[in-house]
This record gives sequence, structure tokens and C-alpha cells, in this order.
Amino acid sequence: MKSIKILGTGCPKCRTLAENAQAAVDELGVEGEVEKVTDITRIMDYGVMMTPALAVDGEVKSSGKVLSVAEIKALIQQ
Amino acid sequence: MNWRREWQVLAAMIAIFLGCFFLPVGAARFQGAIIEALALVKWYAREHVLLCLVPAFFIAGAIAVFISQASVMRYLGPRANKVLAYGVASVSGTILAVCSCTVLPLFAGIHRMGAGLGPATAFLYAGPAINVLAIILTARVLGLELGIARAAGAIVFSVVIGLLMHLIFRKEEAAKDAPEPHSTGGNDEDDARPLWRTAVFFAAMIGVLVFANWGEPTDAAGLWQAVWSAKWPITAGFGMLLAVLLIAWFGLRWWHVALGAAPVVILVIALPQQPLWSFSAGVLALSIITATTPGEPAHWFEASWGFARQILPLLLIGVLIAGFLLGRPGEEGVIPSEWVTRFVGGNSLGANAAASVLGAFMYFATLTEVPILDGLLDSGMGKGPALALLLAGPAVSLPNMLVIAGVIGLRKTLVFILLVIVMSTTSGMIYGALFGG
Repeated sequence: MKSIKILGTGCPKCRTLAENAQAAVDELGVEGEVEKVTDITRIMDYGVMMTPALAVDGEVKSSGKVLSVAEIKALIQQ
Repeated sequence: MNWRREWQVLAAMIAIFLGCFFLPVGAARFQGAIIEALALVKWYAREHVLLCLVPAFFIAGAIAVFISQASVMRYLGPRANKVLAYGVASVSGTILAVCSCTVLPLFAGIHRMGAGLGPATAFLYAGPAINVLAIILTARVLGLELGIARAAGAIVFSVVIGLLMHLIFRKEEAAKDAPEPHSTGGNDEDDARPLWRTAVFFAAMIGVLVFANWGEPTDAAGLWQAVWSAKWPITAGFGMLLAVLLIAWFGLRWWHVALGAAPVVILVIALPQQPLWSFSAGVLALSIITATTPGEPAHWFEASWGFARQILPLLLIGVLIAGFLLGRPGEEGVIPSEWVTRFVGGNSLGANAAASVLGAFMYFATLTEVPILDGLLDSGMGKGPALALLLAGPAVSLPNMLVIAGVIGLRKTLVFILLVIVMSTTSGMIYGALFGG
């Protein structure tokens, strides 16, 4: 079970990243859950300044970028 | 139920219901205001969208893609030089705040993990006012003078506010537990291109923007007039430079560019008196070519389109509201001009303070402050109060005060808001005294 968190306050970029992450999970067919974290103090707890950011199983993998579906797939499979 | 979110919906519903209930359909002023709103939208569509906003979106997109945000964040991190951090925080909004939604996370990050409260508040104050789209639109719609005053005022006073916040709260700020910031990393692409190439590339784009929008000067002789009469050849020159740079440095295929340039050249020859056609063809060609070239060019187009998609609808609504409330230049909307003159006319302390307080509490969606202020100026608002509102407006609003309070606490937020109002009022007074005339 992969836990994927999208860190961002809810701007269009964060939504795109969340959609891409969901698509990546679906395409890989892995058991995974995409969750959006919009509370700014919780985002800070991850050590992220540049939103949107993506964390897999609690570890921040990327920040400040909208990753493509393929890029997210690679991160999940690591 | 999450009441923090729900009460906003409830309040909006009640407001809309009451508005419909008492809708003054048939009243002359109301009907006139509707016509004004439509006329103003038409005027913006003709004057500001193609030549100004569209190139501005491409520039904002290029900033987001070709300039490494991470390299700027180094100067705002925990090990940053504290003096330098204030300077960087005050100007980095140009690069970091192109999307208004990134301002608050960056503010929270700089405060908690980076250079501290002072630089964070400096960034929060200046960021929204000096992002590249805001400066371009302010200068285009409200005039170059106010555009420059807005940027300069935001930069100078953000440092003052940051330092004051730091001094007032220096004891509390000493001890904080901070998580280690996550490094963005992966900026190899930026290192591959020397700085001067990036600078030339941006200069070419800014050249297109500036000369395409060159206004007709009031006196019929001199350098400005000469530039004005040659504005289209100069714009075309910068456009060609841009095309060459894109082929040489950004991997666009030359025959793509040649195919894209052909209709532009044909339109220049066929319709020499109507440069808008060839300009539009150029924009279209640039969009198609960048969108279909994988890698950086495609990212550039996506980022530019992202800004356009996000901002244009807001701006359309903002212009409609401004036209409805305040009317076109020389006309009146719902609000009579004398009210505006009485409330924020001239350059008195009261007018400047009123504009600052109004700006601080009102919520302006990205860039909508510009058309609204344009309407206010035409209705008799003084130049000083206009700057005060421009400075206080985007920096804080009621919704983002709640978020800021969650990050730094209620007391610091109140002090910050107070400082914003005082500093914006001061800048307005100074500007109004110098340029109010």
C-alpha cells in the first residue's frame, strides 16, 4: 500500500499534480492512495517551501514542480 | 463539518440571495452600469489582451521554466546571510511569486525553515506586488509612473516592514524547532545554459512587449515620437531575434520556425496597416511550435498557458465588476464619482489611510486590483491613495490573514497588518506629494 501525498494549498498546479498522481497509481495498478495536504502548517512539517510537492510514503520526492504521469510512476516504483 | 470553509459558502449564498431579492432592474443607473461593464470589457479586449497580456504570459511562463527557483531559495534558507536575505526577499517576488498561490507556502517556509520572520514578511509584502504580470499590467493600464512607483514602493517598504517585524519579535524568534528543508534539487538544466543567454532571451521577449505597447507621445517631435513611428519594425526585429535564439539555444527546429514565420511575413506584406494580424499570427506560431517541441519549449508553453488559464477568467470578472461599479473613463457606473472623490480624492492623510485599510481587508483575485483601481482613478481617486491601495491590496486580505495567523500567530499578524497599513499610507502620501499634481 503506497501512500502518496500532494502538498499544496489548492492552486491549479496542485490539482494537476494530484490528477497525474492518481493516473499514475491507476496505470501501475498498485494499491495506493492519493491524498491532498492543504493545511499550510502540515505542509511545512514536510519541509516543503515550493508547492506543489509530492511525497511517497512520507518522504518528499519532488517540490515546486508539476510532475508528469510517467515521472510519478518512476517515483512510485523506486 | 468544516465551518472554517462552510461559513464562507453560507455568507456568499446569503449575499447573492439578498442581491437578487433587491435587484434594481429598470433603474437608470443600474442599466447604465451594465452597459459600462460591457463597454469596459470590450475596451480591455481591444487594448490590453493581445499586445500586453499575451506576451506577459509568455514571459511569466519563461520565468517559471527557465529560471531556477531553487537557486533563489538558497539565499532565503536557514544558512543564508541575514542582511542579504532581506534584499533577496524584497525582490525575489518577481521570480518566485508568478503564481499567487505559491506566496503563502513560501512565506511560511522562509519563516519556519529559512531566514526567519523578517525576510519572510518582507517577501510576503513585496511578492504579490512585484510579480512580473502585476508590474506589466499596472504599467500598461495605470501608466508607467504608477507601475514603477508600485514596484519601488513594494521593495523599499518590504525591507522596512521585515526589519521592524524582526526587531519587535526578535526574542520570540530566537528558538524554533525547524524541520530540515527539502532540497528541490535537479536544476542541472539551468546550469547548462549560461546566465547571459538567459538574459538575452528575456531581453528579446521584453523588447517585443515594450515596443509593441509603445504609446503615442503627446508632443509630435523628438525621440519618443521617432520610436513610436518605428515601433512595429522594432517589435518585428525583437521577434526575429527571439526566433533565432529559440532555434540556436532552445532546440526549436529551424524549418518549424520558418513555416511559422511565413504567415507572419505574408500578413505584414498584405496588411501593413494592421499589425495586430501579423502579431497574432506570430503568437499563434510560437504557441504551436513550442507546444509541439518536447522538453523545455513544451514546458514553457504549458507554464504560459497555465497562467493564462488561471488569470484571464479572473481578470474578465474583475473588469466587469470594475466597469459595473465605476464605469469607463469619463462615465459613471453604479458608484457616483463624487463619492470616490470625497472618500479617496486628493492626497490627505485620511484618503491615503482609507485606501490602505480598504486595500488591506479587501480580497483582490490575482491582478484584478488593476482594472478596479483604473476605475477608481477615473472617478477622481488621488494618485497617492491609488498607490496606497496598490501596495496594501495584494499583500493582505481577509482570507489570507487567517492563513498568516495560523502560521505566525495572531499577535504578529496584527502587528504585520498594522505595519502594512502604516507603510502603505506613508508611501501613498510621499508619492502623492511628489507626483500628485
